[in-house]
Amino acid sequence: MSKATLQRRPLVKKVLEGADDNLLVIAGLGSSNWDITEAGDRPLNMPLWGAMGAPVGMALGLAMSQPKKRVLVITGDGDMLMSLGSLATVATQQPDNLAIVVLDNEKFGETGNQATHTSPRNNGPTESGAGTDLSLIAKGCGIADAGIVREAGEVAQLVKDARTRKGPVFRVVKVMVEKLEFVMPPQDGAHLKDRFRQALLGHA
Amino acid sequence: MNAETSSKSGADWRDQIFDVLQSHDIKQVYHVPDAGHSRLIEHCQKSNSIRTVPLTTEEEGIALAAGAWLGGQRSVLLMQSSGVGNTINLMGLTKTLRFPFLTLITMRGDYGEFNSWQYPMGQGTPKVLEAMGVLLYSVDKADEVKATVDAAARAAFNGGQSVAVLLRQKLIGIKDFGKK
Repeated sequence: MSKATLQRRPLVKKVLEGADDNLLVIAGLGSSNWDITEAGDRPLNMPLWGAMGAPVGMALGLAMSQPKKRVLVITGDGDMLMSLGSLATVATQQPDNLAIVVLDNEKFGETGNQATHTSPRNNGPTESGAGTDLSLIAKGCGIADAGIVREAGEVAQLVKDARTRKGPVFRVVKVMVEKLEFVMPPQDGAHLKDRFRQALLGHA
Repeated sequence: MNAETSSKSGADWRDQIFDVLQSHDIKQVYHVPDAGHSRLIEHCQKSNSIRTVPLTTEEEGIALAAGAWLGGQRSVLLMQSSGVGNTINLMGLTKTLRFPFLTLITMRGDYGEFNSWQYPMGQGTPKVLEAMGVLLYSVDKADEVKATVDAAARAAFNGGQSVAVLLRQKLIGIKDFGKK
């Protein structure tokens, strides 16, 4: 497979462009958190600083309680690998307002870019994974609308799929390995939760 | 019998739990297959006002509960003590976000258990939950179940706490497993 050419930050910025009160965003810990924050911190973002493996489950609980809002998960391959079963749980409910975008750089970025299972096999002593295809896993779990995005020409469609296509939508986006600036939202979890609920429900 | 109205006059504690969940406006119920909870799960599945979600592992329930609360809904996680260990890491989320969390746990490895494999997690359940700051309400008498679950729900949703009700094996009874 050819090397990834998409850059995560401009891509996330496009996915979140013009985000209004209809869009509820949950980002996985680490890079995805910094990505959505660079695109613009907002109360209806729930950027996680921990709780690896939790974003998809959180998004499902949120999507079921707010069926008229769009719920979007932006997370990484490492986070997604930790909760593959949650894709089967999503599939049992088929939430039509949920989209999951996995930024797959085939690395555990926050801990020093160790290869994840999505890295190719036989890729040297430190860079080898299993070639795990997360979109096939999602499909196999029962999320029929799952696919992989690799090219700049596919990004406009990705944005539409993430924002408006009937869910559940699952997209893996192959992105480059980059060293990027940390762009951090508030860290206090109770504050993040309260500001989210205040913006959504009018009370904490 | 209609699940919405079946248990108002029922004396069975499993039916009473359903009533209590309804009275606290629980909208989402998460569970893994569990003989001890099976009757309650069926009540919830048949209910029009409750969304019942089967999990692949208990820890998903913590994440779902956090998301439900973000969206303004109350939830409960039904599990067996044998699955409590699966939740411990994510149980930290209830502290970090400080969101109300309620779980009802049927105990194994607790009182007259025949399966030796159930003892380690059964005996460890109260200790590991306490370690994560979860309040424990324990009940082993059928006539105390309703009041206990009600108090636990109040502590969770009014008091903002993370609360586990331990439905002891003395209450559930080994002979009931596999039956409704």
